[in-house]
Amino acid sequence: MYGFEALTFNIHGGYLEAIARGHRAGLLTTADYNNLCQCENLDDIKMHLSATKYGSYLQNEPSPLHTTTIVEKCTLKLVDDYKHMLCQATEPMSTFLEYIRYGHMIDNVVLIVTGTLHERDVQELIEKCHPLGMFDSIATLAVAQNMRELYRLVLVDTPLAPYFSECLTSEDLDDMNIEIMRNTLYKAYLEDFYKFCQKLGGATAEIMSDLLAFEADRRAVNITINSIGTELTREDRKKLYSNFGLLYPYGHEELAICEDIDQVRGVMEKYPPYQAIFSKMSYGESQMLDKAFYEEEVRRLCLAFEQQFHYAVFFAYMRLREQEIRNLMWISECVAQNQKSRIHDSVVYMF
Amino acid sequence: MDDFLDTLPQMDLMRSEKMTLVQLIIPVESAHRSVTYLGELGLLQFRDVSVVVDLRSAFFSFTKPIESVAVFLRNFSLNADKSPFQRTFATQVKRCGEMSRKLRFFKDQIDKAGLRCLQRHELDPNIELGDLERQLADHEHEVLEMNSNSEKLRQTYNELLEFKIVLQKASGFLVSSNAHAIGDETELHESTYSNNGFIESSFLLEQEMRPEPLNQSGLRFISGIINKDKLLRFERMLFRATRGNMLFNQTPSDEEIMDPSTSEMVEKNVFVVFFSGEQARTKILKICEAFGANCYPVPEDITKQRQLTREVLSRLSDLEATLDAGSRHRNNALNAVGYSLTKWMTTVRREKAVYDTLNMLNFDVTKKCLVGEGWCPTFAKTQIHEVLQRATSDSNSQVGVIFHVMHAVESPPTYFRTNKLTNAFQEIIDAYGVARYQEANPAVYSVVTYPFLFAVMFGDWGHGLCLLLGALYLLARERKLSKQLAAAIVCCNFLLSDSDVIPYALIGLWFSELREMVIFGYPELKLGSFMEMLFGGRYVILLMALFSIYCGLIYNEFFSVPFHIFGGSAYKCRDTTCSDAYTAGLVKYRGPYPFGVDPSWRGSRSELPYLNSLKMKMSILLGIAQMNLGLILSFFNARFFGSSLDIRYQFIPQMIFLNSLFGYLSLLIIIKWCTGSQADLYHILLLLLAFIAVPWMLFPKPFALRKIHMERFQGRTYGLLGTSEVDLDVEPDSARSHQEEEFNFSEIFVHQLIHSIEFVLGSVSNTASYLRLWALSLAHSELSTVFYEKVLLLAWEYENILIRLIGVVVFAFATAFILLMMETLSAFLHALRLHWVEFMGKFFHGDGYKFKPFSFTLISYDDE
Repeated sequence: MYGFEALTFNIHGGYLEAIARGHRAGLLTTADYNNLCQCENLDDIKMHLSATKYGSYLQNEPSPLHTTTIVEKCTLKLVDDYKHMLCQATEPMSTFLEYIRYGHMIDNVVLIVTGTLHERDVQELIEKCHPLGMFDSIATLAVAQNMRELYRLVLVDTPLAPYFSECLTSEDLDDMNIEIMRNTLYKAYLEDFYKFCQKLGGATAEIMSDLLAFEADRRAVNITINSIGTELTREDRKKLYSNFGLLYPYGHEELAICEDIDQVRGVMEKYPPYQAIFSKMSYGESQMLDKAFYEEEVRRLCLAFEQQFHYAVFFAYMRLREQEIRNLMWISECVAQNQKSRIHDSVVYMF
Repeated sequence: MDDFLDTLPQMDLMRSEKMTLVQLIIPVESAHRSVTYLGELGLLQFRDVSVVVDLRSAFFSFTKPIESVAVFLRNFSLNADKSPFQRTFATQVKRCGEMSRKLRFFKDQIDKAGLRCLQRHELDPNIELGDLERQLADHEHEVLEMNSNSEKLRQTYNELLEFKIVLQKASGFLVSSNAHAIGDETELHESTYSNNGFIESSFLLEQEMRPEPLNQSGLRFISGIINKDKLLRFERMLFRATRGNMLFNQTPSDEEIMDPSTSEMVEKNVFVVFFSGEQARTKILKICEAFGANCYPVPEDITKQRQLTREVLSRLSDLEATLDAGSRHRNNALNAVGYSLTKWMTTVRREKAVYDTLNMLNFDVTKKCLVGEGWCPTFAKTQIHEVLQRATSDSNSQVGVIFHVMHAVESPPTYFRTNKLTNAFQEIIDAYGVARYQEANPAVYSVVTYPFLFAVMFGDWGHGLCLLLGALYLLARERKLSKQLAAAIVCCNFLLSDSDVIPYALIGLWFSELREMVIFGYPELKLGSFMEMLFGGRYVILLMALFSIYCGLIYNEFFSVPFHIFGGSAYKCRDTTCSDAYTAGLVKYRGPYPFGVDPSWRGSRSELPYLNSLKMKMSILLGIAQMNLGLILSFFNARFFGSSLDIRYQFIPQMIFLNSLFGYLSLLIIIKWCTGSQADLYHILLLLLAFIAVPWMLFPKPFALRKIHMERFQGRTYGLLGTSEVDLDVEPDSARSHQEEEFNFSEIFVHQLIHSIEFVLGSVSNTASYLRLWALSLAHSELSTVFYEKVLLLAWEYENILIRLIGVVVFAFATAFILLMMETLSAFLHALRLHWVEFMGKFFHGDGYKFKPFSFTLISYDDE
């Protein structure tokens, strides 16, 4: 019922939306980051974080801390929050929340498959997986030799199964294959998520289509930049772009034939929302692109909170938390390695 | 009149304590001890100097030229904008945090080992932080080492145990599958073993047969053990991976095995997979690894099996003995820790509090003294002085602590000295808002009015007696319960986290202590949150019960049964048969019933109209009286704060308005009660007065304020800057926050408009609101009548003992749950509303903040 969410939304979604908004208030602010940047060692960071929501998760850690511990505990907190919301959710919100983790599932699958290819220990790989993307029998992925086996053995039980229909080949797995698989999966996932949000309708569809379109466009740009100079053909490259978003379809045509970063830039500057991102960079430079995209994403995610009665707040909140953890990881890394001058390179401020 | 009021002795609760802003300059060497002693005294609230500076710097940057900001920052940059880890005593705070982490670890270990920590409360004042730290580190090292040792042993033990189980269970499968395999291949021997499962016989056969019968058919197997909940998925995965070319056998292991990562007992199942081919083998092994299934090789040869089993068993018993010894040793060590754990916890918590407080102080320029500011009640100044002197002499410091009073601009905190009885009432008021500094405290009056208004709604001396019994029970067990709580608090607040506060804060409006509430409500404690809520408000309940008995006697209600307590009724029947009593009524034959409502009204046709008129009018009278009290308190507030404007343009018109309309109404009610004559409801003069009062309370005050403002700032446009800069130089450490009030006439006028409208409409709606007294009391008496007549009496009419019994039970339950619990709660809430809105709305600002002294007794409630 478009436009009438206010009437019925709170019956099922009110409590959780309140929770998500309450959690949002706990996100670290610029002042927090400024304080964190002044830390001399990881214990200082722990001390500062003890006043935040992460406090109770870090308080029992013995004193010589490691960056991984901090990140692990912060992620644990995120997962606990997510699980708490998930148990309270009813349909269709629970499906929406489930969708949020599929991206991590894809990443985990790729991580494990790549790791097995390079003959790493499975347990070690599993420890590296994002806990949000865990599913039963994830460890069994190591058994598979090719995509078909991968699908038949393991993934058929997971929600990712439908996305696999597009990349079923009997070729043996190699790095290139896996990367293509990841992007094909991601494409299918984003399109499915997009469709699902459209089906939900109302403000959710409106805001989520904006956020997902941004995500799809960002992936398209990244795929283009990363595939420059590889053996990926233009046709294959174009197949990896998601079939929605601001760049679809004409932008995709142009991106598919780009040969260097400046051509990408030329394409993107035709789109006003992305013009600002690219105009910040000098020509021929692509290192700062990630950060610029992250900043733009955070800006858009924060805007999602401006409207009420829709599910995009959950998506936005989870994304912001992930960004926050990335920030914390970067800060702790910099502090641990005494590279404090580089702290500001990669931290994306939120509020 | 004024003299009389001023010479009245000060009452503790009427207004909050006089507070003084004091400055302490403490030499570094005696700082720790001074703060510790102050914490023991618990009468000084430290202010975070750096935060104050932040505010001020922000303020000055807008109002001052750049130079003075620079001067200002030079003075204050010492502690300005410091994050927690940059403060002076950050390392000590960190050390304390580390120590409490260790203590939590011990506590956890002790709990896991199923031991109990001793409850001892005496403190060792001379314990050195460094010593304690060393001790704790030693203990932690010891415990950790023992843990890792025992973990290794436990791991081996687990493996052996699993191996043993696999050997026992899997051999069963092997035997039976051997049976099939051999059965197929060699029919000759079938008769020998086909129907006996004895190992002995198969063992013999085995020997007869040649070594590896299974391998002949290319069949191999893997045996192992896996968690029960993973079993199904495991089997499915195996099936898929081998495309169904395998045989899966499983059986539950009969004993539970400890999971080493979580140290919980889990159920596991033994499985044996038969398959063929090398590729399948690697796949299956990988899957086993992925599912965390432990594989153990089981020899097919029965002799070897038995030999292996024997070996495993003997090693198991060895390990068991070692593990036992280890855990005894560990328990001893933990017991030693547990002996002084509580003491250490308290010590560490206190130390941490002391250092947190020290962090709020500021080094002076010479770095030899710490400068701190704080609020203390004026009466406590001498005590604080003594304590500081003691600290100086105890720490052999050459220089004493300088303690002097400062001038404060901002409003001091509100501090009431309460006792057991008044505390609960003060909490009721504080739940609405903490009183502004030194404003009239409604809690004083609510000690009586609150239970009384409750009782007006709950008037029944039978129910009152029940409540009284409950309250007396709580009071009788007061000492025991509070001791129980104290013990629970000390033991458990170590484990609490802040997020638990909120739900319980919502439940308990009138808890004596928010912190206590968390602990009371904490589900691990057996006391139960509801019980503790009752306990916190035991004196409120006591007073409510007493007043209900009183009101119940007036209403003559006892479970809705009329009683002739105060003599006989004033009415009697016209004739001896009393046949026309219901139609023609009774006749009055003597003076009125001496106390309360005549019992003869009960059950008569005019009972309801009579009681309704009585209770309704009574509610109005009570309401007008209470609202007038509120207005009078607003007068005393205005007088106390010296605001004649408020008296002239607010209090007086409000009094006139309220009393010319509703005061007159009350007067008429009383006159009618006394004389029975009906006067005219409207008096034209009074109506006129009320009409005049409205513009009176609306217009003059804002204009008067504007006039005062204009006069004050006439020709002084540039004056402010100079004076405050002088202040800055003279007293740089003071807590002054210069507030240049922006005079905005329209805002003030709108505010006054809202206020006036609220009062005018409010006096109507508030008076009507007091009718809830009547409504609830009516509802209560009707409900109890229904339960008494329609349940108890109805059941009693039957001769059947069972029906009577059911009737009594239903009546008892209805009385207990509906009348005693729900009605109490609803009357309580309505009384709460009448106080918060109708009474306190007339005078109470409630924008103060509570006095939170630095005190060890309060800190022990604080969670980590």
